[in-house]
Amino acid sequence: MQSKTAHFKENAKKALGDAQLQRVLDKFSTGFPVKRAQAAARLPEFEDLRDAARDIRAHVLDNLDVYLERFETKVIETGGMVHWARGGSDACSIIGDICKSVDAKTVTKSKSMIGEEIAINDYLEKNGVDPVETDLGEYIIQLRDEPPSHIIVPAVHLSKEQVAETFREKHTDLPADRVLDNPRILLDEARGKLREKFLSADVGLSGANMLVAETGSIALVTNEGNADLSVGLPRVHIVLASIEKVVPCMEDAWTLLRVLARSATGQDLSVYTSFVTGPKRSDDLDGPEEFHVVLLDNGRSSMLGSEFHDMLRCIKCGSCINHCPVYAKIGGHAYGWVYPGPMGSVLSPALLGDVSANDLPNASTLCGKCETVCPVRIPLPEMLRQWRNRQFEANQMPTRQRLGLRAWAWLARRPRTYRLVMEIGTGLLTKLAPRNGRFKNLPFAKGWTSKRDLPAPQGKTFMAQWKQRSNGGSS
Amino acid sequence: MKNSPEKPSVALYVTCLVDLTRPGVGFAAVKLLEDAGCVLSVPETQTCCGQPAYNAGDQGDARALALQVIENFSGYDYVVIPSGSCAAMIKDHYPKLFKDDPAMLKRSVDLAQRTWELTAFLRDVMQYSPQNVSCPGSATYHDSCSGLRELNIKDQPRDLLGAVDGLTIVEADLAETCCGFGGLFCVKYPDISSAMADRKIDDIVNTGADTLLGGDLGCLMNLAGRMSRRGEKLKVWHVAEVLAGMTEGTRPISGDKDAK
Ligand code: SF4
Repeated sequence: MQSKTAHFKENAKKALGDAQLQRVLDKFSTGFPVKRAQAAARLPEFEDLRDAARDIRAHVLDNLDVYLERFETKVIETGGMVHWARGGSDACSIIGDICKSVDAKTVTKSKSMIGEEIAINDYLEKNGVDPVETDLGEYIIQLRDEPPSHIIVPAVHLSKEQVAETFREKHTDLPADRVLDNPRILLDEARGKLREKFLSADVGLSGANMLVAETGSIALVTNEGNADLSVGLPRVHIVLASIEKVVPCMEDAWTLLRVLARSATGQDLSVYTSFVTGPKRSDDLDGPEEFHVVLLDNGRSSMLGSEFHDMLRCIKCGSCINHCPVYAKIGGHAYGWVYPGPMGSVLSPALLGDVSANDLPNASTLCGKCETVCPVRIPLPEMLRQWRNRQFEANQMPTRQRLGLRAWAWLARRPRTYRLVMEIGTGLLTKLAPRNGRFKNLPFAKGWTSKRDLPAPQGKTFMAQWKQRSNGGSS
Repeated sequence: MKNSPEKPSVALYVTCLVDLTRPGVGFAAVKLLEDAGCVLSVPETQTCCGQPAYNAGDQGDARALALQVIENFSGYDYVVIPSGSCAAMIKDHYPKLFKDDPAMLKRSVDLAQRTWELTAFLRDVMQYSPQNVSCPGSATYHDSCSGLRELNIKDQPRDLLGAVDGLTIVEADLAETCCGFGGLFCVKYPDISSAMADRKIDDIVNTGADTLLGGDLGCLMNLAGRMSRRGEKLKVWHVAEVLAGMTEGTRPISGDKDAK
């Protein structure tokens, strides 16, 4: 997916001015947190499970090579193939080649953020293959030619009226009198269309919520069952997953599954949880004849051992996004790339690997809500701060900000000069203060007064008054 | 400077915002701490705790300022701050700044252990409760992020406010949601920041309360500034001002001119 992270500020402004989007976001940002809180409250051991989930993921990262090799061996043993891809273009050509080898015309896809990361749909289209998204949300945004705005609810930025409009426009055989006014009917409408595609697809492409090293299985979690159809029906199944998704064994996978859906949607478990192991065996009733796993690095291995190491514990539940007060106002598209919200603001600069995403780690109040709801306890605010450290060290902060910051610190380190300057400053502001005690517009504080009044100082500084009081001996 | 446990020596760290814009909050803290029986000092060379630098990635300046604070506030039984955010900077983040310097780490941990946010100190250390203070009306309380999530400050101010005559507290649905201040965030991203404040203000107005209280001047100035830009009539006070009974005849942070 093309990165638009460099235009964060404009994108955010656009989102803030979009009344329809604001209505959808309002609903979203009150709904999900309540569901998550209820799910956590229903399970007394939830906090312990978060510790266990964190420990499993941390252990994996410390032994990533071991578990990846074990996973590879098992996949091969069960008759599948493993392909290693360093970057997005490597992964695209591996998938393209597999499609070509079976002369594929149509690929059914179940939701994969890694697929978005490497823009696999564009690649396939360019090579004459028709990629069909089968997750309802992904299907809708594919029809609209939009990127996802959330990692688990990709079309969360749309109202059901907008979805109905999209169907009317794109499903040309739709009778004009067909009522499309509730989610169930919309789902049925999409299902009808997708059923044909499932049956005619040559290749099924899916992501993976986990890769189980012990068995060579992949775990797939959906609420629509679309993943099962897109991997079970076509002749070839390709799994596209990033390397950190591996877990040691089934038991660990289940521990993670117990926190995943609860954190994401507040469900105890998603509606469908499937484990897929290798291609169809002789006595299986169905399943693909070929089973490929493409393991993508795309910058992750360079995060290992860095200050962003812990970010790789992420199990992509979306909880930090659901609870983020910044996301609640600007939505996912403003972030400009695949991963929005707190997790995206840490991941995107690392994976994009340049300064284009520099705004993201700064566009946070570090309010800390995300960390309190992350099932694997990633210290997200600390990671955001680490990006700010890097930017400051690399001299990437806008010059005026840097100068202002350093001047303030310079003064603060010289208490006597600081006092003098502050007395003069507050004295001036007090003189200039309007009668009602608020400044509407201060040329040197535009960042503040463009949107808010600035309360005028109450009078002399506390320290000056305190000194007077002490000297006067009154107390 | 050690004192008896009933009369501990306390250094007040007023914070930059209180010092420069609202000294009344500092004097409210002084009154509360003295009423609670503390022997109070105000170290004269105090300036900024370094949080703006720290959160902007300027670790060098943050460390230098932390060192200055550690020196300024050594020797007191307690250091008390009318801000959860500055208190959390000292308690949670100073030790991180010195994690590679064992001697400084020890000193920063020592300071961290002696440092308290005002309402937590009054309730939990001094077992203080305000006497004969009244503030008729209904108020809603904004839980500032650092105090809430880094220092677990939630019930302390509410318990203290419970002893104020005539005051009822109405809880807002989004009491724990960030107001969009975020230090430099509010001037770097004013559009997002004020939209976040608007979401909070809608929720606050919904409670029907006539007053907004909180324990961090940054958040309160942000909310008050936005409220007065929107023409909202709510009064905004720092919790210390109410607890000390120092609202009479004082203009609230929201700047309602009729109140002066
Ligand atoms: S960072 Fe944590 S909360 Fe956010 S998506 Fe990843 S696992 Fe979920």
